[in-house]
Amino acid sequence: MSTDTPNVFALPDVGEGLTEAEIVSWHVAVGDEVGVNDPLVDIETAKSIVELPSPFAGRVEALLVEEGQTVRVGTPIVQIGGGAPAEASEAPTTEKREVLVGYGPSVSRRRTRNRPRNGSPAPSVRVLAKPPVRKLAKDLGIDLAKVPARGDAVTRAEVEEFARMLSGAGTTAAPVTGVRRATAEAMIASVAVPQATEWVTVDVSASVELVERLRADRRFDGVKVTTTLLTARAVCLALGRTPDLHARWNDSTIEHPASVGLGIAAATERGLVVPVVREAERLSLADLGHAIDDLVATARAARIQPDQMSGGTFTLTNVGVFGVDGGTPILPPGQSGILALGRVARRPWVVDEEVVPRWVTTLAVTFDHRVADGEQASRFLADVATILEHPAMALAF
Amino acid sequence: MGLPISQTLAPDGELVAAHHFTADELRAFHRDLVLARRIDTEAFALQRHGELGLWPPMLGQEAAQIGSGRALAANDFVFPSYREHGVAWCRGVDPTLLLAIFRGTSLGGWDPAEHGFALPAIIIGAQTLHAVGYGIGLTLEGKEDAVVTYFGDGATSQGDTNEAFAWAASYNAPVVFFCQNNQYAISVPLERQTRIPIAQRAAGFGFEGIRVDGNDVLAVHQVTSEALAKARSGGGPTLIEAITYRMGAHTTSDDPSRYRDPREADEWAERDPLLRLRALLERTDPGFAEFDAQVQAEAEQLGQRLREACKALPDPDLAALFEHVYADLPPELVAQREEVRSWS
Repeated sequence: MSTDTPNVFALPDVGEGLTEAEIVSWHVAVGDEVGVNDPLVDIETAKSIVELPSPFAGRVEALLVEEGQTVRVGTPIVQIGGGAPAEASEAPTTEKREVLVGYGPSVSRRRTRNRPRNGSPAPSVRVLAKPPVRKLAKDLGIDLAKVPARGDAVTRAEVEEFARMLSGAGTTAAPVTGVRRATAEAMIASVAVPQATEWVTVDVSASVELVERLRADRRFDGVKVTTTLLTARAVCLALGRTPDLHARWNDSTIEHPASVGLGIAAATERGLVVPVVREAERLSLADLGHAIDDLVATARAARIQPDQMSGGTFTLTNVGVFGVDGGTPILPPGQSGILALGRVARRPWVVDEEVVPRWVTTLAVTFDHRVADGEQASRFLADVATILEHPAMALAF
Repeated sequence: MGLPISQTLAPDGELVAAHHFTADELRAFHRDLVLARRIDTEAFALQRHGELGLWPPMLGQEAAQIGSGRALAANDFVFPSYREHGVAWCRGVDPTLLLAIFRGTSLGGWDPAEHGFALPAIIIGAQTLHAVGYGIGLTLEGKEDAVVTYFGDGATSQGDTNEAFAWAASYNAPVVFFCQNNQYAISVPLERQTRIPIAQRAAGFGFEGIRVDGNDVLAVHQVTSEALAKARSGGGPTLIEAITYRMGAHTTSDDPSRYRDPREADEWAERDPLLRLRALLERTDPGFAEFDAQVQAEAEQLGQRLREACKALPDPDLAALFEHVYADLPPELVAQREEVRSWS
């Protein structure tokens, strides 16, 4: 350790009125000898990346802020020992203050350089602030004396920050990670795709009956037979009839996938996960059911692998499980369509000029309007509806 | 049709035109250029140390400033913008006083009359009108002095500057308009200021426009001397367009990498005003190496002096705000001053 007074370099305001900066990279390490104006560190401000030259000559004793940290202007960032006496004695903001080596002190002390203290302090405790800042505080109903100021005078930013703090009391924030971030990014990517939604309300009483019958069939033992499963099969059949809708926009070409990668939107504890059943159109109803059950169980157990979520060409989502009648699904990027199945509920329905209770649901399809038009989407949606209304029609596909 | 660009010293240090400078004068230019650059780079570093609030660097424009500044006579008067640190050096203004302005501890600091160098104008182009007014005053008083005003390419789009051109022309004022065309008005490139060479605009107002290689200290000195001589002898105004390049940022708050291609800066670095005079002297002046060592040592001392002087600059008394406008302070300002005193 040098016995000379150490020089501490406090983060300067390198712009006009900047309040903080990130320490991007140190050019020096503890033990290095530096000269005045040798490059010390790169910092990133709101405006730019700036290289700070050393104000002192001597040995680097401590780097007080780690790379990647953002600190306020005035925070000591480096300690350099054994400077020239003249500089050491006049170094700014080197008032004896506790500095934990390896850590940046949390808040800088008020600067005292510009505070001539002639005579006794003013009798009335008047907070210093520029007139527009005073007006702002008055307009916002804020007592300037209560605003924590970092400098001699309260600034506009500090008043605004204080106002936000008051109004936002109780608000919490959580970092965006994992599934939430992936979903958000997929949805943002989807915004670039021109997409349209159509829907149809359909009597699915026959499908509900079929579900009951299949549940009793031992070939479907262990398979969760639901209207969702029937809808999945209906989607595969309908896509085979409307290949124009089963397509991927590729800027100069439109690709038609060889088989259906059927995405199944599953709500899990971690958020929305969409595993994909490969070659779904080749599977029998029972095998499709097994595949969906396995993937959803894996997803719910948070053991799904990325490749089990890739290769989707069309997605099925069941919003009905949440008790809602329908929605406008948003295209997963890279897929040509997504079908939403609403709640299957008892509704009044007109049959042979009589209003009778039936099992009714609403189907909605959103499609990529670059690869197909309302014509193809309508045909597809009508096909799915027809199969669910009259399951025997599947024989005709 | 296009105006020629005067040049004496090419970027590689070759002389492309005859000149009349002695060996000592060439050395003096070299010393001025080195020290002016040191003032500028030291001040820039002081801002990064947190000692100055702001600094507008003149890196790359040293030859334009030293060449023209050294062409001035003692009685001539300069109305600068805020980047004329090299001209201030030529006029004997202590660089510490420039630091005080940008440290925020002073609103001026020198007597403009003593140095023939006005306080920096921050308002773009305003100083051109001040110069013309001063020039008309010289004519009315029958004095055979000249006035120079400095401004940039951006200022040529200001109303003030164009009004100054019109007034100077109509009164045949002894004004040299010295435009340092450094290619950028902060981030706005020259092609957004003008479709013709800036110097060519003078013809429309009815006076002479001259283009000069602003990184050639010898040519700049030559054309400025001629324009000043013309002004002193009743020949009226001249617009000098010194073509140069702001090698650094507009100010310490600016990041030119956001709007400039780095290759452009590399090209201009080859035209560095200090390098070409150095090349000439190394080739033609046998004792240059020794002289240069002295100059570099002097620059080191200057840098250290500025660092120490900057930190030793006294904080101003708030009441000093009231000192320099009125000879006799009106009662309401006296009251304000007393309030300020009791407040601080």
